[in-house]
Amino acid sequence: MTDYTADEMMTVAAARQLRDGTACFVGIGLPSTAANLARATHAPNLVLIYESGCLGAKPDRLPLSIGDGVLADTADAVVSVPEVFNYWLQPGRIDVGFLGAAQLDRYGNINTTVIGGDYTDPKVRLPGAGGAPEIAASCREVVVVVRQGLRTFTERVDFVTSVGFGAGPGDRERLGLRGGGPRTVITDLGVLEADPATCELTLTRLHPGVTVEQARAATGWPLAVADELATGEPPTADELAVLRALEATKKAAA
Amino acid sequence: MAKLVSLAEGVAELVRDGDTVALEGFTHLIPFAAGHEIIRQQRRDLTLVRMTPDVIYDQLIGAGCARRLVFSWGGNPGVGSLHRFRDAVQNSWPVPLELEEHSHAGMANRYVAGASGLPFAVLRGYTGTDLPRHTTNIRPIECPFTGETLTAVPALRPDVTVVHAQRADRAGNVQMWGITGVQKEAVLAAHRSLVTVEEIVDELEPVPGQVVLPGWAVTAVAAVPDGSHPSYTQGYSVRDNDFYRAWDAISRDRDTFVDWIERHVRKAEVQA
Repeated sequence: MTDYTADEMMTVAAARQLRDGTACFVGIGLPSTAANLARATHAPNLVLIYESGCLGAKPDRLPLSIGDGVLADTADAVVSVPEVFNYWLQPGRIDVGFLGAAQLDRYGNINTTVIGGDYTDPKVRLPGAGGAPEIAASCREVVVVVRQGLRTFTERVDFVTSVGFGAGPGDRERLGLRGGGPRTVITDLGVLEADPATCELTLTRLHPGVTVEQARAATGWPLAVADELATGEPPTADELAVLRALEATKKAAA
Repeated sequence: MAKLVSLAEGVAELVRDGDTVALEGFTHLIPFAAGHEIIRQQRRDLTLVRMTPDVIYDQLIGAGCARRLVFSWGGNPGVGSLHRFRDAVQNSWPVPLELEEHSHAGMANRYVAGASGLPFAVLRGYTGTDLPRHTTNIRPIECPFTGETLTAVPALRPDVTVVHAQRADRAGNVQMWGITGVQKEAVLAAHRSLVTVEEIVDELEPVPGQVVLPGWAVTAVAAVPDGSHPSYTQGYSVRDNDFYRAWDAISRDRDTFVDWIERHVRKAEVQA
């Protein structure tokens, strides 16, 4: 199957990032779609954790919000919101945190709060932090899923809502952040990984048909590119079929 | 023992102008009907507290009830922005809105501290973010045992907390189940509390995963069937996702919004 959209490629690439048997803290939207795709394909034992307190949710359709009834109905346990943050996230029990971003810089610092102007008089007021700052701090690793473009991939984020690697190597340790940080960023163009030495996000993989020039043009800083740049596999027929069936459940629920 | 009241009585007695008010419910069990009653009774200058302002606070903010918002995530889940919230922040319409902004973990712990009778809560959170630069009650604190630097946030003590639940009995014991969010903590942290329920029954049959708020810990209970719509009440209703999607267009424009509030809230038929 060759006919697929850039968003479908991004979702499939994000799903592939999740290993079977791990615990994943899932935000709504694209991360939830990717996590459910993973569970329905290569990672049937993926543990989905929603901040509404649903641990081990197994929805058969995509929820619109993180608190849809299908999550509670299918969860191994439903706990309170203080419990999900204090007992499950804070001590580092969760392997992967999936986050989105309105702005992202080369060290994976994320803004979802305000854009432009200043904090009290912003050009655009965004939803804010939610669970993200502590997800970014405490999960063993963070995967960011975001469309790549100049408005999003900025030299500097207007507001640090969730910390990636701060200003570079050593910052997470200095701040006492115990999780591994944003090791991987998956976009509609390819995959970026944090360089082990410099912590800078480095383009390591392009999706099929995408060029380095396109990725550079969609990045607001001089993009680091790996010496051995790989090309990812397109979505398989099975991945696409499952993804589209999941998306259809969202429309059917409407 | 909680007093059984009508919704209008409960709001009239317990929610006052200038109060700090928390309407909690995490996607599930959001007390929409009570929020609408607050709009009908034209409360002003409220400090609204809520982890996820959701459509309910978009309505209260747009109706001019709020002076200040204490929150951690202000969006329409799965849909997009809260346009009335954005209009208030960006353009001070209909009145200016002050923000006090936290993370979910911070807000949850602030309710826990309030419920526990402690002045503050400690967590690993906010470190390295820009939030403490703008929200002045996020402070570093040194652990007296390990010397580690952690974060302190003050207890939340709302004047009144309003929540919705499945059932209560005639003594005002409240029973809720499914996603129960931070409601127990929010009720116990507050000076007064109002609980709306789907029904009042003679006896509360136990349900797996239930949270029970004893009647002596609740100020008032009002029977309000479907009082969480367009949110939902597990076992009674399903989330009206269509309404959440429709709200995007209703709330985008001031006139459309005002007209909607007029027709569906201010002039709505309400059970006495």
